[in-house]
Amino acid sequence: MNLAIKDIRHGLFRFVLTCLGLGLLMTVVLAMIGIYNGLVADALAVVKAPAADVWVVEAGTQGPFAEASSIPATTRDAVARMPGVAEAGAITYQTIEASHAGGTLRLYVIGFEPGRPGGPQRITEGRGLGRSHFELLADRKTGLVPGETIRLGRDRFTVVGLVEDAMNSGGDPAVYVTLADALTLQTAMDPAAARVQAARGDGGLRPPTVAAVVARLQPGADVALLTATVRQWKHLSALSQSEQEQLLLASVVDRARRQIGLFLGILLSVSAVVIALIIYTMTMEKLKQIATLKLIGAPDRTIVGLIVQQALILGISGLAIGLALILLVKDSFPRRVVLEPFNALVLTGIILMVCLVASGLGVRAALKVDPATALGG
Amino acid sequence: MAPGDILVDVRGVAKHYGEGETRVDALRSVDLRVHVGEVIALLGPSGSGKTTLLNVIGCILAPTAGRVELDGDAVFDGKWLRSDLRRLRLDKIGFIFQAHNLLPFLTAEENVSVVLDLAGWPAERGRERARDLLDYLEVGHRAKVKPALLSGGEAQRVAIARALANRPRIILADEPTAALDSGRAQLVMDLLRKLASDQKACIIAVTHDEKIFDRFDRLIHLRDGRLVDS
Ligand SMILES: Nc1ncnc2c1ncn2[C@@H]1O[C@H](COP(=O)(O)OP(=O)(O)O)[C@@H](O)[C@H]1O
Ligand SMILES: [Mg+2]
Repeated sequence: MNLAIKDIRHGLFRFVLTCLGLGLLMTVVLAMIGIYNGLVADALAVVKAPAADVWVVEAGTQGPFAEASSIPATTRDAVARMPGVAEAGAITYQTIEASHAGGTLRLYVIGFEPGRPGGPQRITEGRGLGRSHFELLADRKTGLVPGETIRLGRDRFTVVGLVEDAMNSGGDPAVYVTLADALTLQTAMDPAAARVQAARGDGGLRPPTVAAVVARLQPGADVALLTATVRQWKHLSALSQSEQEQLLLASVVDRARRQIGLFLGILLSVSAVVIALIIYTMTMEKLKQIATLKLIGAPDRTIVGLIVQQALILGISGLAIGLALILLVKDSFPRRVVLEPFNALVLTGIILMVCLVASGLGVRAALKVDPATALGG
Repeated sequence: MAPGDILVDVRGVAKHYGEGETRVDALRSVDLRVHVGEVIALLGPSGSGKTTLLNVIGCILAPTAGRVELDGDAVFDGKWLRSDLRRLRLDKIGFIFQAHNLLPFLTAEENVSVVLDLAGWPAERGRERARDLLDYLEVGHRAKVKPALLSGGEAQRVAIARALANRPRIILADEPTAALDSGRAQLVMDLLRKLASDQKACIIAVTHDEKIFDRFDRLIHLRDGRLVDS
């Protein structure tokens, strides 16, 4: 005879309600974990997109994400010729606002050279950029669809394909255009600067600049050696892919990450206290029944089993409801909510621990109760 | 009678609650011997120590002094002599509660069979025995009902069935018939008498119910924590 389950079934409505409440709390915890992961994943998406080994940027900067970087477009040829480099591509980044469907769309424009590193790894719909001008690949979150056109700067671009999970660390969805179009866009978007230069007498003659050159290495090539070589050039610096990722996490998303991380910590503590309280109260309400069980001769094993089993059933049900709910709603969030099986596993571990500790408190009270309290009035 | 016939042997048992100015002497040197088959009534005004004495015999309250032997085993002599008091209760002692204290989340039948479950009976046999006892006490038709829906009398009879389930040899009852009408009270007392002789058990019951005094073998009076001759 399982007393824990009999007791739960006796007060089923209340127990289900408690599980539901706990489940909602777990949903919030899981959402927070997912938002945290999503923030990190989104931030890294832009760095990971070119699948590069080495980033060549302006000397003295930690570009192109943490700081602005500007290097001559010709750097690409120099990097491509270096020993150990398999291929290299120039790349530009800029954020612009465009009107679309009656609203304003903030876009993160990535300019790359088709056929060279820097473009998206996977096109989920449509085709890649052709050689022709004024085509773009858009992230699905922009809401653009293939075949549609949108005005960027002075020119109207046609959407030829869709990609996924491309955005900057602020969450602005990305569009990919050719490097040539991106450079035109750059000057078009900055007419004041162009006019100043024209007044100086070198209008339009300034050599085009890009934000960075990304390079993929030949198998077995030494990343450290290559970055050291690049740094010998006065006006250039180089970062390995992992340095670039670290930099981005440390500088750009660090505060947001700590903010959410701290909030997550508070949320977990609150959950722990709530769970402990529920289980403790559940036990205290049963003290008289526990005294009766002791009086008729039930061993401690039976009493501990009753409390611990109920605590675990409560914790696991709450967690299951939380998981089900978050999987149901996670795609409705405006930014990505990323949940790894590992996260669910860790949370399960934490919740089970909390349940055990909380039932420990209940068990202590239950074992102390005098069987004589069951007698008398 | 032979010494082996003594089920409860209490010698010089004293119990006081609190110390100093708040000290209450609930029992002062009580001697009591109860034999197999005996049905004993414990009488006395409120506060005279009846419940305290039952709790001491039931091994749920340690006296401050004295010696207690149950079914030939010394269980207390200045201190508990056994560590498995709950097992002892399960096997030897049946409690019939004043406030019947059935477990609210179990049906009448389960409230009885849970004792047998704890004692290690196979589930099926435990259920059968529970049904038999409930039938015997004329509450068999309420076997699947939870305590909240039982009348006072029905609940009391279920509690009696639970106390008897594991065939204990010492049955302790605090006003077992208080919740019953006088016809039923006499019926229950007859049943307890029959059980005492059939199962070679003894019964010690606290009662104020004069209508059933004739069903007892002995009436014992407590006053201010002392047994007094009647
Ligand atoms: N837990 C306790 N703490 C302090 N005093 C108690 C306690 N239990 C009983 N008493 C006192 O001991 C005396 C005997 O109580 P009890 O055995 O319950 O008497 P009865 O059952 O005959 O009414 C009473 O004076 C009562 O107030
Ligand atoms: Mg009393």
